[in-house]
Amino acid sequence: MPDHDAVLNVENLTVTYNTEKGPLDTVRNVSLKIAPGEIYGLVGESGSGKTTLARAVVRYLPANGLISGGAIHLSGTDLLNLPKAEMRRIWGARVTMVHQDPNASINPSMLIGEQIAEVVRAHLNLSKKEAMARAVEMLKKVRMPDPEAVANRYAHQLSGGMLQRVLIATAIATNPEFLIMDEPTTALDVTTEAVILDLIHELMEEYNTAVLFITHNLGVVARICDRIGVLYAGEIMEEGSIRQVFKDRLHPYTRGLLGCVPRVDASRKDIALSAIPGFIPRPDELPDGCVFGPRCDFVEEACRAERPPLVDAARGHQTACRRWELMKGKAEEAREIREDGGTEELGHVVLEARNIKKYFPFTGGFGPLLKGKRPVVKAVDDISVRMRSSFTMGIVGESGCGKTTLARCIAGLEEATSGEIELEGKKLSYSVTSRPREILKKIQMVFQNPDASLNPQHPAGDSVARPLILLRNMSKKQVRERVAELFEAVSLPADYIDRLPHELSGGEKQRVAIARAFAADPALMICDEPISSLDVSVQASLMNLLTDLQDSKGTSYLFISHDLAAVRHISDWIAVVYLGRLWEIGSAEDVFVPPYHPYTEALLSAIPIPDPEIKQDRIRLKGSVPSAMDIPSGCRFHTRCPRKIGEICEREEPPWRDRPDGHRICCHIPIEELEALQGEGLLKKAGVGGDK
Amino acid sequence: MATANPAMVTGLFRRIRRYPTTYIGFAIVFLFLLIALFGPMLAPYTYTQQNLAARLQPPSDDHVFGTDQFGRDIYSRILYGSRDVLVVAGSGTALAVFFGLLLGLFSGYRGGMFDEIVMRLMDVILSIPPLLLAMVILFSLGPSRVNVIIVVGFLYIPMVARVVRSVVLELKTRQFVEAARLRGESSLYVLYKEILPNVLPPLAVEASMRFSYSIFLVASLGFLGLGVQPPSPDWGLMVGEARTWFHQARWVLYFPAGAIAVLVVGVGFMSDGLRRMLLPGGASDA
Repeated sequence: MPDHDAVLNVENLTVTYNTEKGPLDTVRNVSLKIAPGEIYGLVGESGSGKTTLARAVVRYLPANGLISGGAIHLSGTDLLNLPKAEMRRIWGARVTMVHQDPNASINPSMLIGEQIAEVVRAHLNLSKKEAMARAVEMLKKVRMPDPEAVANRYAHQLSGGMLQRVLIATAIATNPEFLIMDEPTTALDVTTEAVILDLIHELMEEYNTAVLFITHNLGVVARICDRIGVLYAGEIMEEGSIRQVFKDRLHPYTRGLLGCVPRVDASRKDIALSAIPGFIPRPDELPDGCVFGPRCDFVEEACRAERPPLVDAARGHQTACRRWELMKGKAEEAREIREDGGTEELGHVVLEARNIKKYFPFTGGFGPLLKGKRPVVKAVDDISVRMRSSFTMGIVGESGCGKTTLARCIAGLEEATSGEIELEGKKLSYSVTSRPREILKKIQMVFQNPDASLNPQHPAGDSVARPLILLRNMSKKQVRERVAELFEAVSLPADYIDRLPHELSGGEKQRVAIARAFAADPALMICDEPISSLDVSVQASLMNLLTDLQDSKGTSYLFISHDLAAVRHISDWIAVVYLGRLWEIGSAEDVFVPPYHPYTEALLSAIPIPDPEIKQDRIRLKGSVPSAMDIPSGCRFHTRCPRKIGEICEREEPPWRDRPDGHRICCHIPIEELEALQGEGLLKKAGVGGDK
Repeated sequence: MATANPAMVTGLFRRIRRYPTTYIGFAIVFLFLLIALFGPMLAPYTYTQQNLAARLQPPSDDHVFGTDQFGRDIYSRILYGSRDVLVVAGSGTALAVFFGLLLGLFSGYRGGMFDEIVMRLMDVILSIPPLLLAMVILFSLGPSRVNVIIVVGFLYIPMVARVVRSVVLELKTRQFVEAARLRGESSLYVLYKEILPNVLPPLAVEASMRFSYSIFLVASLGFLGLGVQPPSPDWGLMVGEARTWFHQARWVLYFPAGAIAVLVVGVGFMSDGLRRMLLPGGASDA
C-alpha cells in the first residue's frame, strides 16, 4: 500500500550482508517516509548503519549486500521489483547523491562545467550546448561566484566549500525527486558549513525535493532538518519532528546522544557531559531484547525479553523504548550539574610564549619564484600566549589558521622562526632535539589521529611504559605498576596493556595516547584536535577524562580544536586565531558573550547548535580564508569582515583594546561601539529574540 | 603504502583461499626448496656423469627428461641445478635487501644532503640496463658464483632502497614517531624500534619480488656464459648450451627452460600472495 503523498516510502526494510561470518542483518525492519520538500535527518554513531540504509533505499549496495525484506516505493514506483536497467535510469535522474568528500567525488581531470553537463546529458536529452548552459545555470543556482569562469576550471582550482557547491549543483541539475546527502558538510570548516547549510535549506524549499540527510552532528540536524530518525545498530530508535525529538527525547539513546554534546552556553564548570557507556554492538553480536539495553540507564528485565517495537508517543512521534512514558517531561534533568571544582586562585605561570613566528619557505610551483622574491608562508605571525598551572587554554580558528603550527612550535616539533618560549621561567630552545630531558618530560602532546598515534607493532602497554623508562628512570617493577595505574586512570581494563593498537577502538587508542602523555607527568599537555575524529559519546567521555585528570594532577592543557562548543566546554581561556594571528583572547565566559571580535561573532553564529529552541543571528562570512602567502594589508580580516568600517581597516593594523579581567580584542571598532552593535548576543531562546 | 597488522594475518587463510594462485605459488616454491635440499639424493645419475653412447636420447624410462650432447641425464642435472639457482639468486637477493634496507632507512629518516646523494647514486645504477651492467662487471671481475651473487645484490640495492625509503618517509610523519621525538628518543631508537618493525611487511613483499627477478637474472647470465661455468648444471647455462642441439633434440632446451619458467612464475605468485596478506588494501603498485 504505497503512500502517494510521500516521495520515498520505505516499509520494514531489512538489509543483509554476506560476510565471512555468514549473512548479517545490518539494517533491520526500518520504515520511513519522506514527503516532498522535507529534509529527513538520519543520525547515529558510526557503525549504526546510516550509510547502508541510505544506499539500500536506492538499491545502491555493494555486491555482497542484499535487501532481504520489506518494500521501497519512490513516488509510487516499486523499486525492489524494477530490473537493474530501469534502476540505472533512476539513478542520477530521479535520485541523486551528495557525498562527504568532494575531492573524491569530482573527476580531477575534467572541467567542472563538463562534469555537470555530462550528468544532465545522460538523463535529460539535451544537446551539448544546452547541457553546458544548464550547468552554468545550476552553478548560478548554488550561488557560485562567477559561474561561467568556474565552469571552465578544474577541481584543484576550487576550495572545499566551492566543490561542495558543485556537487550540490550536479545533484539538483536533473530535478530529482529524492536526494541523499551523506555527511555533506562534515569535511568543511564551520563558517563554510553554515553557508552550505543555508544553501541546502533554500534550494530544497525551492525545488520541493525530498532529502535524506545523513549526519552525526546533532547541531546540523537541528538547523536544517524537518524530521529526524535516530538510528542505532541498524534499527530506528526514535523518530519525529525536530522539535518533538529534541524537546521530549523519548528514547534513552537520543537522551544519551544529546547529553554528550557540549554546549556553547555552558562550560565544564557548570555541567559534566554524560557519556554513554559501552559500544555500539556489532551486527553479529546483537543483544537479546532491546538493542540499546546493555548501554541503557533505564533498562529493566522486561527490556531483555523481546525487541521493543516502535510505538506512537504523539502524532508523528515514535519511540522504540518500552518505558518512554517515564521520560516524558524530564528532558532537562538529563544533565548532571557539576560541583564547582574550579579553583579560583591563579596558579603559577607554566608557559610563556612571546611573539612566536613561524614562516615556511614556499616550495611548490615555479610561478612565485620567477617574480624574484622568495615567498614565505606566514603560518604563525606574532602570537603570544601565557598559561598557568591547572588551566586550559583553548585555541580556535578555521583550518589553516596556524593553530596547529603554533602548538608544534611550542612542543618543538617545528622550529619557530623567532620569538621566545619559556617554561616555568626557563627559556627553551626551538627544537625538541636540543631540549634537555627535564624539559622534554614537562611538555607532552596528544594528537588528532588515533590511528597514527600508536605504533601498530607495539602493545599498548609498551607505548605507555617507554616514557617512564626513558624520562623517569624507573625500574622494571615500578614501570609495571605505574603502567597499570595509568591504564586505570584513563579507565581502560588492565588486560588492554598487552593489546595491539588494532585491537582497540578509536576512543580507546586515544585513551592510551593520553596515558602515554601523562606517563611523563607533564606540566603542559598540548592536545591537537584530540577528539575531532571520534563519535560524540566518545568525545564526551574523553573530555570528562581530561577534566578529571586535570583536577587530580594540575596539568595545563593547550586545547586546539575547530569545534567551538568543545573548546567552550573544556577551556578556561580561549584564544581566537585567524591567519596566523590572535584577534581575541579572554576567559571562556567573556569571549562567548558580546562584545566580541567580529570574527568570533561570525564563528559563533555559524556553530550548529543542537537545540531547535535557540535562534542564532545569521552572520555569514564571504569567500574563503586568504592564502597565508599573501596576507591582506591592514586588518587581515578585512576581506571577509561583516563589520568593516571603512578604509582604515585596509590600511592600518587594528589596535588591541582591553576589557576587564584580561579580555582583549584586536579591532578598529572601539569596545563600546561593538557592545552597542552586538547587543545581547547571538544566542536567543525562541520567543525572546526576534524570530526569523 | 599501507603497513600490515597482525590482525590481517589472522584472516590469512581466508584470503589465500580467495586467490588460489597464492597456494600454487607457495607450493611451487616449497617444491623447489625440497628439490634443492634432497634433489641430489633422488637423482639417478650425477650431473657430470657422461655417456657418449647415449647422446641426445629422447625422454625414456632410463632418462625421464632425456640426455644432452654428452649423454648426461637432464633430469639429474636439473635436480642438481636447483641448488645453484636458489643459492645464487637467494644470496644475491639477501645482499640487496640488507644493503637496500640500510640505505633506505637512513636516507629516508635523515633526509637532506645525505638522502639526496644516496638517491642520486641509486638513480645512476638504475639508469643503466641491468644486463649490460652485469656483463660489464662480470667481464672485469671474471665469471664465478660469488661474483654473480655480488652483481645481483648490487643491481637490486636501488630498488629495495627506494621502496624502504618511501615507507620510511611516510612513517616518519606519523604521530607515534613524533611522540617518540617529544620524549627525546635517539634517532637510532626511533629507526630500530618505531620504524623498522613497520617497514618489514612491505620489505618482505619487495624481497620476494626481487627474488623472482634474481632467478631470471642469474639464468640470463648463465645463458650468456657469464655466470657459473661448465660443467656445472646451471639452468641458464644448460639453455645456452642447448641452443646448438635444439634442432636435433628439443628436450635439451625444453626442460631447463621450463624449470626456470615454473620457478619464476611460482615465486611471482608467492610474491603477489604475500602482498595481499601483508599489505591489504592500498598496495597496487609495482
